[in-house]
Parts: sequence; C-alpha cells; structure tokens
Amino acid sequence: MTRTRDINVTVNGKIYELAVEPRLLLADFLRQSLGLTGTHVGCEHGVCGACTVLVDGDSVRACLMFAVQADGCTIETVESLGRIGKLNPLQESFHAHHALQCGFCTPGMLITVTDLLKKYPLATDDEIREGISGNLCRCTGYEHIVKAIRAVKAGAAS
Amino acid sequence: MKPASFEYVVADSVVKAVNVLSEARGEAKILAGGQSLVPMLNFRLVRPAILVDINRIPNLAFIEEMGNAIKVGALTRHYQLEISPVVAKHLPVLASAMTHVAHLAIRNRGTIGGSLSHADPAAELPMMALLLDARLHVVSSKGERTVAASDFFRDALTVDLGEDEIVTEIHLPKLPPNTGWGFEEVARRTGDFALAAVAVTVTASDGKIAEARIALTGVGPTPVRARKAEALLRGEKVETKLIERVIETVRAEIAPDTDLHASSDYRRHLAGVLTGRAVSAAWKRVTESIT
Repeated sequence: MTRTRDINVTVNGKIYELAVEPRLLLADFLRQSLGLTGTHVGCEHGVCGACTVLVDGDSVRACLMFAVQADGCTIETVESLGRIGKLNPLQESFHAHHALQCGFCTPGMLITVTDLLKKYPLATDDEIREGISGNLCRCTGYEHIVKAIRAVKAGAAS
Repeated sequence: MKPASFEYVVADSVVKAVNVLSEARGEAKILAGGQSLVPMLNFRLVRPAILVDINRIPNLAFIEEMGNAIKVGALTRHYQLEISPVVAKHLPVLASAMTHVAHLAIRNRGTIGGSLSHADPAAELPMMALLLDARLHVVSSKGERTVAASDFFRDALTVDLGEDEIVTEIHLPKLPPNTGWGFEEVARRTGDFALAAVAVTVTASDGKIAEARIALTGVGPTPVRARKAEALLRGEKVETKLIERVIETVRAEIAPDTDLHASSDYRRHLAGVLTGRAVSAAWKRVTESIT
C-alpha cells in the first residue's frame, strides 16, 4: 500500500482534513470518504459527464482528477446548489420542464450548466446542445433538458 | 475501473520534475491536465510507478506575444487558449480549433503541453501545431532543446520526447498579414475525437495565393501536412476546378486507418470534402478582408 497524503479541501463550504491514498479519484473521495453521493460515477474515463463537479469554480470531471490534487482547492458538488424545498433556479427549471427521468446524469448536467451559464452566451439551442454534449443522458432525449436551460437563460436575462 | 497504486510527487519547478523523471528511468509519468493520462490509468493501460504532478509549477501557464510569435506555456489550459484575445487576434484559426477540443470540463483541465506530448492520432492540437509550424521547447535534466512540430510527431501516441524530457513552452508564429483560414471537423458527437479534421491557412498576394498550409488529423497515426495539395494552391486563385484537384490530391496523400468508428475509405472521402470546404472558407476570408 502506498503511503497516504494529508489533504485540506473545502467542499460545499465545509473544510475537511483527511489522509488519502494518491490513487483515490476525486469522485470516489467525495462519495466514499465524505459521503456526498450526489456526485455520480458513470464511465470513469471522462466520457459520460456524470461526475462533473466545480473545482475552484471550473467544471471538471471528478473521475479524471485525484483527490490528492485537490489539496487547497474549493470544491462544489450538486449538494451545494440547493436542497429539497429550496431548489436553485436551475434545479427548479429542470423540475418544471421534466428535464430528468432516472436522474443519474442530473448532478453532472446541473454542474456543467452552472459553469456554461458563466462562460457562454447560450443564445441558441445549438449552443446549449453543444454545451451539454459532454454529458450523456439515456432517458430524456435531451429535449426537455434543452428547454429547461433555455428557460433559465430567459429568466436570467429578464 | 480504478488506477493501480503509484507514488505521487508534486513538482514545484521544472528542474524538480525532470530530475524525478531522470532518476525514475522511464518508470515515471508527468501528470499535467490528466485528461488523457487518467483514463489510461483508470483502464490500467499504463501503470507508472511514479506520477509527477506539474500542476503546481508556477509560471508554466501563460500566453504571451513575443515579436512575430505567440509563446504558450505548456501548462496552459485549453479553455484559456479558447478565450485568449491574443490568440483570437493573431491565430484565429487556433481559437476556432479550440472550440472543437472535447467539452468544457475537459478544456478547463487539459493542457497544450499534455495534448502535444500525448499525441492522440485524432486530436486537434497536434494538427494545429503542425499547421502553424510550431516549435516546442523541451527541457531535461541534461539541458534544453527546441524541436519543430514537423519533427515531433513520430507515430500514434509517440513523439520525439525522451523519458526524462518535458515540453515547457510552445512557440507559434503569428499568421502573416493577408491570411485567411478555414477549420472543418466531423466527429460522431460534438467534442469527440475527429473522424477527420482539417485546418487551412492561405496567404494572398496580388489576388493570388502566395502561401498555403493544409494540415489534417484523424487520417493516420500522426497529424499530416498535405504538401502536394499545398503546392497546387501556390500562385493560383481559388476556383472550383482547382479545389477539385486539391481534394483529389489530399485523398491521394493520406492513408487513413479503419477502426470501429469509420473505414479508411470513408475517412479519405471525408478528408477531401472537409479540405474543399476549409480551402474555400480560407480563400473567402482573405479575399473579403483584402477587398
């Protein structure tokens, strides 16, 4: 067994100091070490987007980063966005537009869109579709997800 | 899957990184953005004894003008290239190419040095380095050297980089005045690796093409320049008949592989179609800005 490293990370506003094995993926650290199971693990090679989280404000694949690399970083997971009874506008819009069925892709979708909204105009449906093209959804056919994002965008603009 | 165990070393300088590489004698790998390496670790396609994390090396991520070139630090993230005003002004074809590199979450992490060193046969950045006649600055524990992109890509996932060497900087000459560009790509899904992609620049003088560059990716083990097709364009005006000859020449110049995603014939066909479009777009841009 490789020796562990002490890391200090802020996740959803809370500071954690833990010892981790270097090979522990950030996604597994969040789920198993911290019990934050909102972040989902799908393909484990960066294709499906289900494990997307914000590291220092930027969306990243939590399966393509080691927890040890997050030492000193600020991480936000889907749990930071809202909670039952107090969803944020993006979550509300996903709810209102039936943008999820099984919900497996939803945490990654929400985090990805949170970053997209900061960085791109998302002025057209094509742009929205391109933006979420790195997040696979096998239920919705994306139609309702695009609608939900469009509605949030319109709400933010008005 | 999960990666096998490795020893994790944080390098706080390039010197430290190359010293660890040198001492490890091929048993260590550089961890930059990790967007290609970590999938390979997760699949256990690679099992290095040591990972040298260079993400905390200061001053290795930058985009700077230096005379007639743009100097890019190896640790510069794809997203920074995508939004850089310097790149948009002097290398608009690169800015366009960056939007085709994977997805935002990958572009936030992936680095130019990592992409060039990994050299996936269908990646955009190696093609862009070849198109733009980039020069790569390489450092080892024994010294430094500069290598031209045209000499750097040797085979699929194989570059002119020793086991104790690391790319630290990439120099990209600015596009000359009166230069138009085109970029075309077809992938199965937006952001996926290209089935075929082509990037073109044409520099005009007296209403004709003085210099043309055509680079392709996804059509062989390494990115390629279509030198014969480039030669056809020199001294000419772009018109339908010439584009048809350029397309045929490009198709004859490449030898794409068949894989799960596309046959060799399809890739060859696609490369021709995309080259025709990219040359037309480049010519349109240069003639419209001249007139």
